[in-house]
Amino acid sequence: MDICDSSDVLPNLGVRALVNDEQIAIYRVQGQLYAIGSIDPFSGAAVLSRGIVGDVKGQLVVASPIYKQHFNLATGVCLEEPSVRVKSYPVREIAGRVQVLV
Amino acid sequence: MKKQKIVVVGNGMVGHKFIDTLLASSNADQYQIVTIAEEPRLAYDRVQLSAYFSGSTAEDLMLTSETYYQEKGVSYKLNEKVVELKPEENCVVTASGHKETYDQLVLATGSYPFVPPVPGREQPHCLVYRTIEDLEAITASAKQSKVGVVVGGGLLGLEAANALKNLGLETHVVEFAPRLMAVQLDEGGGQVLRSKIEKLGVKVHTEKNTQEIVAGEKCRYRMIFADGNYLETDMILFSAGIRPRDELARKFGLGVGERGGIVINNYCQTTVPNIYAIGECALWSNRIFGLVAPGYQMARVAVSHITGGTEQFLGADMSTKLKLLGVEVASIGDAQARTPGALSYVYQDGINEIYKRLVLSPDGKKLIGAVLVGDSSAYGNLLQICLNHMEVPESPEQLIVPASDGQAATGLGVDALPETATICSCHDVSKGAICCAVRDGATTIGAIKSSTKAGTGCGGCVALATQVMNSELTKLGVDICTDVCEHFSYTRQELYHLVRVGNIRTFEELIEKHGRGLGCDICKPLVASILASCWNELIMKNELAHLQDTNDYFMANMQKSGTYSIVPRVAGGEITPDKLIALGMVGKKYRLYTKITGGQRIDLFGAQLEDLPAIWQELIDAGFETGHAYGKAVRTVKSCVGSTWCRYGVLDSVGMAIAIEERYKGLRAPHKLKFAVSGCTRECAEAQSKDVGVIATENGWSLYVCGNGGMKPRHADLFATGLDDQTLLKYIDRFLMFYVRTADRLQRTSVWMDNLEGGLKYLKSVIIDDKLGVGAELEKEMQMVIDAYQCEWKSTISDPEKLKRFRTFVNSNKRDNTVVFVEEREQIRPANEEEIVRFVEANELETA
Ligand code: SRM
Ligand SMILES: Cc1cc2nc3c(=O)[nH]c(=O)nc-3n(C[C@H](O)[C@H](O)[C@H](O)COP(=O)(O)OP(=O)(O)OC[C@H]3O[C@@H](n4cnc5c(N)ncnc54)[C@H](O)[C@@H]3O)c2cc1C
Ligand code: SF4
Ligand code: FES
Repeated sequence: MDICDSSDVLPNLGVRALVNDEQIAIYRVQGQLYAIGSIDPFSGAAVLSRGIVGDVKGQLVVASPIYKQHFNLATGVCLEEPSVRVKSYPVREIAGRVQVLV
Repeated sequence: MKKQKIVVVGNGMVGHKFIDTLLASSNADQYQIVTIAEEPRLAYDRVQLSAYFSGSTAEDLMLTSETYYQEKGVSYKLNEKVVELKPEENCVVTASGHKETYDQLVLATGSYPFVPPVPGREQPHCLVYRTIEDLEAITASAKQSKVGVVVGGGLLGLEAANALKNLGLETHVVEFAPRLMAVQLDEGGGQVLRSKIEKLGVKVHTEKNTQEIVAGEKCRYRMIFADGNYLETDMILFSAGIRPRDELARKFGLGVGERGGIVINNYCQTTVPNIYAIGECALWSNRIFGLVAPGYQMARVAVSHITGGTEQFLGADMSTKLKLLGVEVASIGDAQARTPGALSYVYQDGINEIYKRLVLSPDGKKLIGAVLVGDSSAYGNLLQICLNHMEVPESPEQLIVPASDGQAATGLGVDALPETATICSCHDVSKGAICCAVRDGATTIGAIKSSTKAGTGCGGCVALATQVMNSELTKLGVDICTDVCEHFSYTRQELYHLVRVGNIRTFEELIEKHGRGLGCDICKPLVASILASCWNELIMKNELAHLQDTNDYFMANMQKSGTYSIVPRVAGGEITPDKLIALGMVGKKYRLYTKITGGQRIDLFGAQLEDLPAIWQELIDAGFETGHAYGKAVRTVKSCVGSTWCRYGVLDSVGMAIAIEERYKGLRAPHKLKFAVSGCTRECAEAQSKDVGVIATENGWSLYVCGNGGMKPRHADLFATGLDDQTLLKYIDRFLMFYVRTADRLQRTSVWMDNLEGGLKYLKSVIIDDKLGVGAELEKEMQMVIDAYQCEWKSTISDPEKLKRFRTFVNSNKRDNTVVFVEEREQIRPANEEEIVRFVEANELETA
């Protein structure tokens, strides 16, 4: 699924995309793109694209801005409660466009 | 030397633990390890099995990998069941006819779910809950079902019920006994648990003995009970207990118990000395241990025995702490007070549905059991008191009664625990071992976890392990680690100096020179705040933007539904009618909830991301600026009406409040800053509860500092009296900049003061007497911040590139459909969960 222009996804700043009713957060970290579900399972709010990204214990993560749990950008697994996870999606960049497989 | 060959039958949690422990032992290279597994994959975390339903994959649950086994030279066979055991030939045979000889054999075959012999139990959609394949079957069956029944109201049954509920089924639990979790809980605890679970929508039927499963009328099946009643359901999950898998032992002459289980001695040997049994299949002293921690203990003992050690298995504690359907439940020792003469204390909170029971020895001195339902926070503490046979405090009820205000909970502190006390039962780590690790340099809980493994199983012991670590650190005279996070080995104050002295302007420069990694949600906003305090550049500049918390990034305060609030600055609380009208118009136009705040301004709640720029455009046109209600920054200066109108007022408090607010607006600090100015000693502006309070007197202004409302109120300290306007501002300049320089992350001025060595006296000497000679510097730094001020919102809306950030979706103009409002008292409010469900259903009908 074609999402947006490469220039729309700035380093370390998430954006949100809507693909058939699914809200997807897309990030660019160290040149690499990541895509996970944007709905924070703890609050139910669609806010993960608005969290701070970084690394915690060697994993690339985003911190939910509501209650601050961390989610692994590659797998969507929550670091604090590994039984909780959001979906992760394959994402790629082709000819200056960002595409997500849903 | 020829290697000894060890064959492990079953690669479940315990079998794998055995292999892992053996590999880690010092003479691992003397053994050749072979494991034969019936399941199609190597060991996975069965304890976390239910996570599969919340999206974890088989991959996530794996405890090991084929690559790891290959690297370590462990041979394995998957999908192979051992069907024959020939002790006299020292060999086993698998279903496919493969023969494997051994020097030592380890049976780690676990257990199987017990299905009561009810006629009709073998039909499709009658399932159990043990393996990943079981879960796949449950998911498939749930797709074709509306109603699900779990047979068995024990620990696993309730976990299964949770799974069914999450799969969207109408869920019932059918239990033979008169209460839930009959093994772990007493009557009272069972009742509270039941009522909590029923509130969650799971129907509980106790004292029901299923006699037959026949075809149903409304559902696929009908379960007929011994009392003549029935229940209709589309699927049935049996979770009525476990039975040890002792078939091999039974068939091939090893000792087994009357009610099952492979008999073992203290070294985990079966009746044949070179055959061991460990985990749920083993029977020690006539007991089966259906939890993973005792199994792990057995694995260690077996390894020790094989490698010539002397460790013994002497039983294990079966206390448990769990979260079932979100309800905290814990059971310790003799929970049901079966010990003759045992005494009990019961605490019951009918409103919050909390039940706690202490069971004491007949002399009332020792704790021998406990039940906690609804609040298990006391678990760690109670378990330690129980396991270590410690004397309970004089009034034992304190251990379960909630701490009253201001009083710390009266546990026996970690210092009272003996060195041998087990802190982590999953990995059998004692207090002594943790202290030892601390002395060897493990000073964070992360380091403790990796060096001792404590806390890496169920995670239940992390709080306690942290307490032990901190207590040991304090004893060693080590400051408890004050690094801001894993990316910087500095305190906030040190980072501040590095930024100032090195004239550092970006996070990237700082982390490259003084840190490591990429940063995180702790250090990024912290550094953003320091950079802002020092240089006051616009926070939405591209280099700084990714450091900001969402509130600062979007310059609005995020609410629980992901919407934002808007609080324009109303300096001193003074506002013209025209501005009031403008606020009203904006609130109406964008349908925002409007409220007067406790800070004398007006908050507009419920704005969606994409509307923020338009709203702010209108506010700025009406003469407003941002109020920084979202930042760790100067908030409001509250004022009373003062001498202008009030018959008692001695100075113009409103005028001074506005002057102060205009001067410091936009200053970012370790935490938020609040001010107030009162026109006389009646103190209508409550200045003595603010970070900076100013009160007018006949002789000039009195300055108060370090007050706080909020969670832990603190009265401000009187700092100086009889000040003229100029001196007042000079002192505030210095005070604020000194706080910015030296406070910790998220430390309000009140806490900063309470931790400041030398306290108020020292602070006065720095600010008033300029003892450190930094007064002029502090004023200069403040002037720089003041000069650099710009309204962030104004700058943002004049930059089209920045406005892109406020798009809800990069690829669509739709609005966020997770945001739903309803009306109450003529304004909007966020819908609650129930209302959202209704809303979604109504919408689906409409679009259908
Ligand atoms: C809107 C308001 C309540 C109201 O309806 O009146 C409010 C709302 C919030 N307060 Fe407050 N506080 C408000 C006045 C206060 C006051 C009263 C005052 O300032 O006179 C206090 C006690 C005084 C004090 O701070 O010492 C107060 C003590 C807190 C605290 C506890 C601080 C502490 O030191 O213990 C927090 C939590 C924090 O900052 O970490 C907090 C945090 C919050 C947050 C930001 C919580 C959050 O992160 O979402 C709330 C934001 C709501 C939103 O979505 O906008 N709010 N809050 C008030 C806004 C004032 C303003 O105009 O800026
Ligand atoms: C849903 C669920 C939740 C749980 N929650 C908890 C909890 O919160 N806390 C806790 O302490 N415990 C919990 N348990 C129990 C815990 O999982 C077990 O105590 C633990 O898995 C026992 O390990 P084991 O190696 O003895 O058995 P298993 O993990 O069952 O491993 C035995 C393995 O041997 C294989 N096997 C059997 N016979 C043969 C044969 N003849 N040939 C080859 N292979 C064979 C089996 O297929 C299996 O893979 C839970 C269990 C379940 C099912
Ligand atoms: S503090 Fe004094 S001046 Fe201000 S309103 Fe109250 S009584 Fe009047
Ligand atoms: S007790 Fe389970 S991890 Fe420590």
